[in-house]
Amino acid sequence: MSLFNESVFFGVSITLFTYFLGVWVKNKLKLAIFNPLLISIILIILFLAGTGMEYSVYSTGANLISYMITPATVCLALPMYDQMEALKKNAAGVICGIISGCITSGVCVLACTLVFHFNHQIYLTLLPKSITTAIGIGLSEEMGGITTVTVLSIIITGIMGNMIAEGFLKLIRVTDPVAKGIAIGTSAHVMGTAKAMELGETEGAMSSLSIAVAGVMTVVVAPLFAMLW
Amino acid sequence: MKYVNQFLVIISISFLGEVIHHFIPLPIPASIYGMILLFLLLELQIIKPAQIRETCDFMIQAMPVMFIPAGVGLLEKWGYISDIWLPLLATLAISTVIVMAISGWVTQFVNRRFGSGKEDAS
Repeated sequence: MSLFNESVFFGVSITLFTYFLGVWVKNKLKLAIFNPLLISIILIILFLAGTGMEYSVYSTGANLISYMITPATVCLALPMYDQMEALKKNAAGVICGIISGCITSGVCVLACTLVFHFNHQIYLTLLPKSITTAIGIGLSEEMGGITTVTVLSIIITGIMGNMIAEGFLKLIRVTDPVAKGIAIGTSAHVMGTAKAMELGETEGAMSSLSIAVAGVMTVVVAPLFAMLW
Repeated sequence: MKYVNQFLVIISISFLGEVIHHFIPLPIPASIYGMILLFLLLELQIIKPAQIRETCDFMIQAMPVMFIPAGVGLLEKWGYISDIWLPLLATLAISTVIVMAISGWVTQFVNRRFGSGKEDAS
């Protein structure tokens, strides 16, 4: 296995290849549960478990990809800048909606932590679960959470949001397109936004706006919640 | 040279984010400082969107791939959650539903109350 131990690009190749497979499966089946990211993670875990290869062999190369998260997050400033006009037009509703969403997320995680008796580290791990992975992963690390579990929580949250958004918002009588977009983006980040874009242009723009705003607000709110318990 | 120049801007700002992170002792990731810095530079028109557009589009599109290694790390960390995965899933489901409801209701209520956005929305 020394070939693999020394290879940097093995980890990169298998990551890209399984993601490619995931996108292919998703396009074939068109269901939110077949998320390319989730498929790729599962395939690589199965591969490593099946071949008995060490995680460190995979991560040597794969870390090369992880390093790009910081510059990619910086790039999110551009869509945020592009949507400033939309934010200004609906400022009051948008800001109130996103703030209440971020606080609600913290309250829910705290309540569940108390009910299910999670330890403090799991509590910290779950606090960033509604926001985009790029920001959530950094926030979880800063607060002392388990980043791996945060990433999976974020993905699962996104998939759930994507699946329920349309029917659930109808059920609770949220009909305003701006409100729909904010609700989806605040609760289910990028993966929810994919659904919001299907619902309409306003929904999509508002949802992607709330990814950035909710992400930044959670960076402020989550550490406060971390001090509560 | 276009992509080299665009990358230079993005990577330099990422580095500045790390520098700020080093000097300010808050639990805020370096990437967020970088993002806010780039946003300000765009708002102040020191950097024009055209100077970074293609690279930003590429990086954002490729983003999901970047989270795969962290997800695979579960293989090593499974022990932390092997006993509690069901309550964890329940927590995620409960809070997703409640957050969606609250943020939707609040936005709709405020928009209707203060009229802003009602015309734009239709």
